[in-house]
Amino acid sequence: MTSDRAIVVLGIGNILWADEGFGVRAVEALHEAYAFPPEVTLIDGGTQGLALLPLIEAADLLVVFDAVDYGLEPGVLHLIDDDDVPRYLTAKKMSLHQTSFQDVLGLATLSGRLPGRMHLIGVQPLDLDDYGASLTAPVRARLEAAVAHAVAFLARFGIIASPRVADDPAEPLGPASVGRESYEAVA
Amino acid sequence: MTTVTTPNGFSLNNSGRRMVVDPITRIEGHLRCEVNLDQNNVIRNAVSSGTMWRGLEVILKGRDPRDAWAFCERICGVCTGIHALASVRAVEDALAITIPENANTIRNIMLATQWAQDHLVHFYHLHALDWVDVISALKADPKATSTLAQSISPWPNSSPGYFRDVQTRLKKFVDSGQLGPFMNGYWGNPAYLLPPEANLMAVTHYLEALDFQREIVKIHTVFGGKNPHPNWLVGGMACAINLDGPLAAGAPVNMVQLNLVSSIIDRTIDFIDQVYVPDLIAIATYYKHWDYGGGLAGRNLMSYGDYPVAANNWSDANLLIPRGAIINGKLDEIMEIDLRDPSQVQEFVDHSWYRYPDEAIGLHPWAGITDPNFELGPHTVGTKTDIKQLDEGAKYSFIKAPRWRGHAMEVGPLSRFTLGYAKGIAEFKEPVDKVLTDLGLPLGALFTTLGRTAARGLEASWAAHKMRFFHDRLMENLRAGDLVTANTEKWEPATWPAEARGIGHVEAPRGALGHWVHIKDRKIEAYQAVVPTTWNGSPRDPAGNIGAFEAALLNTPLADSSQPLEILRTLHSFDPCLACATHVIAPDGSELVRADVL
Repeated sequence: MTSDRAIVVLGIGNILWADEGFGVRAVEALHEAYAFPPEVTLIDGGTQGLALLPLIEAADLLVVFDAVDYGLEPGVLHLIDDDDVPRYLTAKKMSLHQTSFQDVLGLATLSGRLPGRMHLIGVQPLDLDDYGASLTAPVRARLEAAVAHAVAFLARFGIIASPRVADDPAEPLGPASVGRESYEAVA
Repeated sequence: MTTVTTPNGFSLNNSGRRMVVDPITRIEGHLRCEVNLDQNNVIRNAVSSGTMWRGLEVILKGRDPRDAWAFCERICGVCTGIHALASVRAVEDALAITIPENANTIRNIMLATQWAQDHLVHFYHLHALDWVDVISALKADPKATSTLAQSISPWPNSSPGYFRDVQTRLKKFVDSGQLGPFMNGYWGNPAYLLPPEANLMAVTHYLEALDFQREIVKIHTVFGGKNPHPNWLVGGMACAINLDGPLAAGAPVNMVQLNLVSSIIDRTIDFIDQVYVPDLIAIATYYKHWDYGGGLAGRNLMSYGDYPVAANNWSDANLLIPRGAIINGKLDEIMEIDLRDPSQVQEFVDHSWYRYPDEAIGLHPWAGITDPNFELGPHTVGTKTDIKQLDEGAKYSFIKAPRWRGHAMEVGPLSRFTLGYAKGIAEFKEPVDKVLTDLGLPLGALFTTLGRTAARGLEASWAAHKMRFFHDRLMENLRAGDLVTANTEKWEPATWPAEARGIGHVEAPRGALGHWVHIKDRKIEAYQAVVPTTWNGSPRDPAGNIGAFEAALLNTPLADSSQPLEILRTLHSFDPCLACATHVIAPDGSELVRADVL
């Protein structure tokens, strides 16, 4: 990779559906804890579909946080690389216009612009059905480990994450009202 | 059962073979459809069911009304900005907050941008595959494809070599076995009527549209600060403007960015007018005798009106998209709608998986109740976790049944264009008449699945040109020295009344959207959203009226009774959006969670 490579760290999922929000909460946590060099972009992808395509196609290295069913114990982190990522992320589903991230990767393949390296940091969810709830305890407990893994993974590619200091906090990735603390204050 | 006639004039007979399509693919969210086919494979009964509960109300209660838009953005992966706009309008209406001219104009640009992008994506990436056989494109002669393309449009990407390259790329993709977006298609179905060359042209433009749609949404990034979740603001827009300012992250919008928006608008107009609309007409030429799918079209239809030219003025004369309702096909009698009137918009739940104290009556959204009640009727086949066949005599959908003065209504681009046509407004009437004349079809041909699809394409062109209109208007106002984008007079909750109710309505790409908010003691007390797909996809009501999806499917013959291609074609023509289902799926592709299990 050259110095003008682009690295995208993407969190996907729906924060309104309990552990479905893991991906978004993980990328938020990463952003709150660390600052990155300019070639790294952190994105709260929410449940967006096609809107993510240009962001993904721009990446040479893509790291994705998501809740994925591996049939393991809730909260277990599982790591997947490259070609296995689309296979693991949302198979079957209906198609593009919806939450199906796999289709977005399919379209990036069709356009010949799939990122050269992909890495999925998945967590086994406990509960995806509790509308209006936040992360369950076993999943929340792994946020820190997921963040630490992402930092270590990026370090392998020479990306140095700088811990943020308390008196210089990050601008939030999105509106503060949907951040985890504010969300949970009313939920 | 023998044949019954619904109050809204449709004959239903459920004695024939039942066919279940679940899920309906290529849509947002989870929709199931069941039909009964007679011995000639003609649909004689239709049942549409939203199998996913969405309770925005639960999430918003107790929150700061100024934050509601940010939660609304999360409802759905498609309608992000649309719900945010409806939400800020609802809160502004409740608190009597006026917005500056620039904010109104920028919101109109954002909305028109969303229409253009959404319609384009819908046509090529969700709906075209109901008309275009991807695999057949591999058999096309690139030279003949080039001749066809050049005969219908001046679009420059039309050489034989260009089409040959795309065909090679497509072949490689298909040969790889990873069909991705083209998986599960009914390729080769006799209901596909295009010659291979038209198929190759359309698939080529599918790829071009994919590249192009990303350009359009850069406009949202300029005015919304970021993508994919742009910022909105109660009282205006969150973007400050400084024409001579520097280009930097977080800096006010400057001239460089406004010029970028202008250039994107020019390219959007070109793409829609030179690619999308000509493709639509070319496809329609081959399908013009497939005149099914009308249902409520041209009969019962409605638009809330939108695109106020001047800010804070919702009078008919100030709206570019007309407002009104048409009942029983009386195009010469446009009725006024009032979303505050408790007797007009009402939601019924006697066929929906919710509970009301009295399910014989409908509730106005300000008095709305969202209390889920997942119970199946006695004629259901299967169990709650594995429904083989729904019982449409009982509750059968998580979609409520909204009615306007008791009528099931169709909303969306075709309804808007029909209203504009009925009012004799040239920018709606002329393009419709031109298409009908070119195809040699009468006005009635508009009220079909194909007409719905055509209206969306014409509306995409309308929206692209309105992007230009509002951008010019914005520049004129900015050059005159007015740079204000937000009104913060009532930002502080101390300035609000103890209690207030408001309505925010938007004509979303898929149709009429309304948010009804009740604010009490500075917090949200109650919130109800009635979305376009609730109107179009509604189940039966206590009187027995069927909704627009169900009505549109009736009397359609299936070319192959094992493949529901025609059902998809008609349902997709509404551009349904059932809001985000949870997307977690087991690695083998089986669904981990079914949203219909409460």
